[in-house]
Amino acid sequence: MTTTVKARILSVLLLLTALGIWELVTPSVSNAENMTEYELLMGGAADVARVPPPSAIFVKAFEELSNPIYDNGPNDKGIGIQIGYSLYRVLTGYFLAALIALPLGFLIGMSPLAYKALDPFIQVLRPISPLAWMPLALFIIQDSEASAIFVIFICSIWPMLINTAFGVAGVREDWVNVARTHELSSMRTAFTVILPAAAPTILTGMRISIGIAWLVIVAAEMLVGGTGIGYYVWNEWNNLDLTSVIFSILVIGVVGMLLDAMFAQVQSAVQYQE
Amino acid sequence: MNKKPLLSIQNLTTRYPSPDGGEPLTVFENANFDIEEGEFVCIIGHSGCGKSTIMNVLAGLATATSGAVIMDEKEVRGPSLDRGVVFQNYSLLPWMSALSNVIFGVRARFPKWNRKRIRDHAYKHLDMVGLGKGTEKRKPSQLSGGMRQRVSIARAFAIQPKLLLLDEPFGALDALTRGTIQDELIRVWSKTGQTVFMITHDVDEAILLADRILLMSNGPYATIAESVVIDIPRPRKRADIIHHEAYYPIRNHLVEFLTTRSETVAAEDKRSGELNRHPKTVRPGIIPKQAVTEQDNPTLQFTRDIPTYSLDNGAPI
Repeated sequence: MTTTVKARILSVLLLLTALGIWELVTPSVSNAENMTEYELLMGGAADVARVPPPSAIFVKAFEELSNPIYDNGPNDKGIGIQIGYSLYRVLTGYFLAALIALPLGFLIGMSPLAYKALDPFIQVLRPISPLAWMPLALFIIQDSEASAIFVIFICSIWPMLINTAFGVAGVREDWVNVARTHELSSMRTAFTVILPAAAPTILTGMRISIGIAWLVIVAAEMLVGGTGIGYYVWNEWNNLDLTSVIFSILVIGVVGMLLDAMFAQVQSAVQYQE
Repeated sequence: MNKKPLLSIQNLTTRYPSPDGGEPLTVFENANFDIEEGEFVCIIGHSGCGKSTIMNVLAGLATATSGAVIMDEKEVRGPSLDRGVVFQNYSLLPWMSALSNVIFGVRARFPKWNRKRIRDHAYKHLDMVGLGKGTEKRKPSQLSGGMRQRVSIARAFAIQPKLLLLDEPFGALDALTRGTIQDELIRVWSKTGQTVFMITHDVDEAILLADRILLMSNGPYATIAESVVIDIPRPRKRADIIHHEAYYPIRNHLVEFLTTRSETVAAEDKRSGELNRHPKTVRPGIIPKQAVTEQDNPTLQFTRDIPTYSLDNGAPI
């Protein structure tokens, strides 16, 4: 048995154990027929709030996933639609950021002057929590949708910018010399030598960025509201529907994992061995 | 010489500024030498004498502090496809296959050629160094060190430069591989008549390959001390040349220079700062008394300037 197979089996065992314990420690909700009048009045609530058991979440997940795309007004949209909104915002903000970060990072990596001139700004702007920009964005842009996209833009720009600059600056001089001895123009050198040489580092930056963007969108949508998976979590919390909250947490995790896996694929395509 | 040399190095000097603002470090000073068209010239010297710096200046990747490099009656400024370079390592782009690396060079050299012609030209040169039949699709990391250098050599020959610069191309290879690739290089070189300038540390390699070996004294203030003509007829074979009568006189001369004289020559020779001083030509391969008796010996066609060189103790070589 290979290590991979063993690891898979162990993962499943861990999952089953954890779910089993969770299920067992969650007291079952008593049947409404056996309730006292007071209990019925209180909606069957016990003194302490209970986290729903995994079985309830499975049922909920099945329900939601079997009909992911429906729209019954602002407070009741299918999980697929909510995820779609979130992905739309993330990808728009992300690609706008890439549009600026990649060329600018290239410039900073190529020119020590540009690096020195822009470094102080990057160092100050980078540690700012993207959500801190939200009030300013809302005030200036005056549109909650665009503000959410802006927050994604601002949070995904830094890792891409820094990694691109780092990757470009770190291209082995021997390779640049190969380009020089072959009389390549600067444009051709940039695209045929420097870009492929720096691509693995650039892709690392892009992968970090998409991860951060997906983290931030949930918080941003909790603030802006209306649509999206972040809004969905918060809305279900307001509805006191913890089953939906836990279900959407899982969905956020799975989507994030898929996004990361996509970039891992691209990354391995541009990876090379020296 | 009636003909202008292909390449002429004139009073080349490189100094590096010292980090604390003191005396600059003079790597080499007033180096002068010529390379004729079709010639294979090796340069030997200890580490730190500035061989690689000279190479980088010839390639146009570095500029000398003073002096000039003239090629085809034009001063060399910046890199050019007229001077192909093979570095010791890393001259292949690791994200491209062997074939694409050669195509990269061909496309840069002949931008007007169509796809097929570029490809055929690349294949021809890969075949020339014994690669092809599947190996050309591999990335450099999937090739052995020897194969990688073969690809570099194929690319360099494929761009058909006027001057091919080899910077210790076999330095990182084991002795056996080095031997085969030297044979490969000789074969390709004799077919193309390419002018080659090569740095090496290996005396035997230099004798095998070169028409002429330039000896550099130790740095700082290094200079080109001698130009040793290798009077061994071609085609040369590794197995045969060691039996040639000129082999050991030449070899001893080179080793003796490297072990003792390379150090003292710069210190003794106060003329190293002199302008336009060409290295003296030495022919340890021609043994004087034979030169008189065996007129028909093909190795002795250069009798017009029989060396007057002798060892420090006065013994003839």
